[in-house]
Amino acid sequence: MSDISCRQISKGIAEGEAIVTHDPISFLGGVDPKTGIVIDKKHELYNQCITDKILIIPSGKGSTVGSYVIYQMAKNNTAPRAIICQVAEPIIAIGAIISKIPMVDNPDVDIINTISDNDNVIVDANNATITVN
Amino acid sequence: MELTKYEQDMYDGEYGEGKAECMEILTSLGKIYNAEKMIPITSAQVSGVSYKTIGDAGLDFVVDLGKKADVELETMLNPAGVDIENWQELGFSEEFTKKQIDIINGYESCGVMSTCTCTPYLIGNTPLINEHVAWSESSAVCYVNSVIGARTNREGGPSALLAAIVGRTPYYGNHILENRRANMIFDVDYDFKNEIDYGALGYFVGQIVNDKKPYFRLNDRVSRNNLKLLGAALASSGAVSLYHVENVTPEADYARCDESFDELEVVNIDESDIKETIQKLTTTDKLPDLVCLGCPHASISEIQEVAKLLRGRKLKGDLWICTSKAIKAISEQCGYLDIIEKAGGKIVSDTCMVVAPVEELDYEVIGVNSAKAANYVPNMANLDVVYDTVENLIDMISQ
Repeated sequence: MSDISCRQISKGIAEGEAIVTHDPISFLGGVDPKTGIVIDKKHELYNQCITDKILIIPSGKGSTVGSYVIYQMAKNNTAPRAIICQVAEPIIAIGAIISKIPMVDNPDVDIINTISDNDNVIVDANNATITVN
Repeated sequence: MELTKYEQDMYDGEYGEGKAECMEILTSLGKIYNAEKMIPITSAQVSGVSYKTIGDAGLDFVVDLGKKADVELETMLNPAGVDIENWQELGFSEEFTKKQIDIINGYESCGVMSTCTCTPYLIGNTPLINEHVAWSESSAVCYVNSVIGARTNREGGPSALLAAIVGRTPYYGNHILENRRANMIFDVDYDFKNEIDYGALGYFVGQIVNDKKPYFRLNDRVSRNNLKLLGAALASSGAVSLYHVENVTPEADYARCDESFDELEVVNIDESDIKETIQKLTTTDKLPDLVCLGCPHASISEIQEVAKLLRGRKLKGDLWICTSKAIKAISEQCGYLDIIEKAGGKIVSDTCMVVAPVEELDYEVIGVNSAKAANYVPNMANLDVVYDTVENLIDMISQ
């Protein structure tokens, strides 16, 4: 078990299984808000479901409408439980906050190569820490 | 980030849940951009209005926010997906229109004006130089920064709305005077002849500069209508939010007042760059079956020009001139609408060819005089484009 310090972007605490990608993600056109499945064929997570996971990504990209897609996922109960970005950008940050999904960025380690798929991860945005079990 | 007492109180929820949520989001954005404080704004313009672009997700968000928050200042919307008054006549579906009306009603319940235009500066939402604003439509951002000299970043749809609700935005980027200096120079040795030359210049330069701040030296002065087309093109092929034109735009003197200006990279542009860009923007040899003007939304003087061209003529193809409700009303009062309609054309309000579902309307080739529209229409609506001047386009669809 190790603690990683980070920066709070969206308040809250969540625990779950990690899903990790090296590709930045666009929620508009990249993720189906009805199912939580990644539908962008060029994406490393293509065909995988991010619902209820701790989503670990380098960053977001694409249209600002992506924020609303995250909001719709939260309403459909298909959203990830928490989001960890290496570097946050506005689209995912706004999406996470309006959807009340805990989100942190700027971890003090190379998070994408530190955490593996299915690791149990606790994101405590309020105290700006990530715990890996 | 340092907050004033009022900002902290809003953040802590003393002014309600809606404002608290907006402050949480805006301070997080400020953190991402290393803003040291918030800055009060005087005007907002919100994109993300068309049901085609924001879908049910955006509709939900706007309706929910409308229940708990109101904007504090003059806020207008970007174009919607249909002409709310004439959707049936233009062939848009009832289902789409209903969703579109729900979105606009949601914004209205936040206190946003329900006029939908990408040129709010033509209908009274016109800030003064050095005022801080939060605008999001890319061509309007480019105009308000460059031609008016007010200060905004390229906001996302949600962030402009949230800024309007709390009356401030994070202080970074274009809000800081030093960041408004030019960082690439374009010497253009060409005598511009018409509007598509300016769009082509913008399209060509946008690809080179991406989000830098270009400084133009041109042979002649430029009209406001052509500055509108130039900026829209710069903001669509690149991500330009601010440009300067020597002896024309208000901050051009400031843009070059630093010693480092003389060391900037200089790019020379000549006739061949402009002509090649114009050719590249047309995707077909066929003639247009729809001519769509008004990207960005037409000004009253642009509509007057079209009316002059149409007097006593009869069109065989369709003609839409996209503009705001306000400019359409003035066109009617001046008699231009009557001339245009007698020729068989239409003035379409509150929407445009970029955000409307034009792919559903059985057109194959759209004629445009806007490089921005020529850039987006093939991808967004999967149609062919002819890029030419108003005069030539109208000849192409005349009997």
